[in-house]
Amino acid sequence: MVNVMNVWKHYGTKPVVDDVSISIPKGKITTFIGPNGAGKSTLLSMISRLITKDDGEVRIENQEIGHWKTEELSKKISILKQSNHIHLRLTVRELISFGRFPYSRGRLTEEDEDKIEQALEFVALQDMQDKYLDQLSGGQRQRAYIAMVIAQDTEYVLLDEPLNNLDMNHSVQVMKTLSRLVRELGKTVVLVVHDINFASCYSDYIVAMKEGRIVEEGSTEKMIEPEVLNSIYDMDIDIHTINNQKICVYFQ
Amino acid sequence: MLFKRKIDLLLVLVIVLVAVFLFTGISSNWDYILPRRAVKMVAIIVTGAAIAFSTVIFQTITTNRILTPSILGLDSMYLLVQTGVVFWLGSGSIAMMNSHVNYLVSVGAMIVFSFLLFKWLFRRGENVYLLLLVGLILGTFFSSMSSFMQILIDPNEFLIVQDRMFASFNNVNTELLWVSIIIMGVAFLIYFPNHKYMDVISLGKDHAVNLGVPYEKIVQRLLVIVAILIAVATALVGPVTFLGLLVVNLAHEFIKTFRHNYLIVVSILFSVIALAGSQLIVERVFTFSTTISVLINFVGGIYFIYLLLKENKAW
Repeated sequence: MVNVMNVWKHYGTKPVVDDVSISIPKGKITTFIGPNGAGKSTLLSMISRLITKDDGEVRIENQEIGHWKTEELSKKISILKQSNHIHLRLTVRELISFGRFPYSRGRLTEEDEDKIEQALEFVALQDMQDKYLDQLSGGQRQRAYIAMVIAQDTEYVLLDEPLNNLDMNHSVQVMKTLSRLVRELGKTVVLVVHDINFASCYSDYIVAMKEGRIVEEGSTEKMIEPEVLNSIYDMDIDIHTINNQKICVYFQ
Repeated sequence: MLFKRKIDLLLVLVIVLVAVFLFTGISSNWDYILPRRAVKMVAIIVTGAAIAFSTVIFQTITTNRILTPSILGLDSMYLLVQTGVVFWLGSGSIAMMNSHVNYLVSVGAMIVFSFLLFKWLFRRGENVYLLLLVGLILGTFFSSMSSFMQILIDPNEFLIVQDRMFASFNNVNTELLWVSIIIMGVAFLIYFPNHKYMDVISLGKDHAVNLGVPYEKIVQRLLVIVAILIAVATALVGPVTFLGLLVVNLAHEFIKTFRHNYLIVVSILFSVIALAGSQLIVERVFTFSTTISVLINFVGGIYFIYLLLKENKAW
């Protein structure tokens, strides 16, 4: 269980995350939505200890993240940032093997190799495993990064805008992969998404943020409603049910 | 096992260069010339290794391939100390004449400076880029102070200072060489437990933290090691940090890998080859009419421009 309690973050005097408390349900896809600058990424970074929080507590399995050994925490929770650019010349397989670092400390065992193989298979990149990252398309590269997180084999997987800069086809592939992570491997996935229809079609639980605060949270069914979305985005959004999926129409 | 073969090749080259340097061009007086050349050679190997090693670490911390630790301002600090001593105490003072005292003062000043810098920075919890910026500004400030004092002093005194501005292996003090080796050995011992983190740190801070590296702690330790290595190497032979840029990038080109096991070894080998080769050219071709710094800065400068042009394209 991940519990966030009264967490604050200021940049200068401006609060970017303003007294936020949430519990992230286990074994589900939780999506953070909200306008730019709402503090979603900052919150995700604080939950995964990438940046320090000014105040409040983040508890993972009832223990404050500051009290976890960072080595142990890396076997429990993983994060993939939106700007994850790596300046090294790495092959897909080499990248994924970095995901095993918390377990192997750089010396890969038989078990690590198996996990790497499974991760490659999970994102369907076996044929590409010896290609360099800069030879891949955007979608393939994103899947390679996700495979690294899969190899890390953590209960909680946090992703900051994993669909950024991907076309529709690649976005769907990534979201299907994430959904399989939850259904098949029983992981808990938390992500930030800007396309509200992806949030609607794939998530179990939606948290809406605005100006550093949580404005609304609940099941997808409850959240994808005109009044709720209007309060988040300040615009009128029509919702139609197509093939049992709630689709938001807001383009005009 | 291509890496192993490449390393062997470099190793052979090092051995050939060392042998040529030690054993050729001696007609008589073997017992006089050989030990002196041996000291020079050991100094070359030790400083070469220190410079290459610290540059690899530094570039990994900053995830930047065109930086050298000289951006921390340590060589400028060294020159400021040398100039300052001549300016206030004169070239005949003990701090200038006695190489032990000079070494102590130089190493002390550089290490105290970098520790204060790191301490201030880490207490504020700032990132490493602010360190680079502050180091760059202080380095420029030290250089300007040095130039200012150099203009004021007597031209004869200036010659003494100028002598310190360029690295030289020609009169390395044997005792100081041993002291340096011991200090560097200690630095290496502190480094060794952190070695396993190096590959992961080169992915950048976010990935490293995500993968369970105690990032702040390790990076602070690594920076201290870099400072010690640079301080000792500079106090021993003079400023040669530019060499690091050249050899580490050559190592990257030569073995296209991110693995520090190989990168460190190959960089050190290139470093020794570059220094021993330059020293040979300075001694045998130019018969001491130029200095090793000039050669290295010349070649290194050209390579640096090439790198900058190439950075436009992804590599």
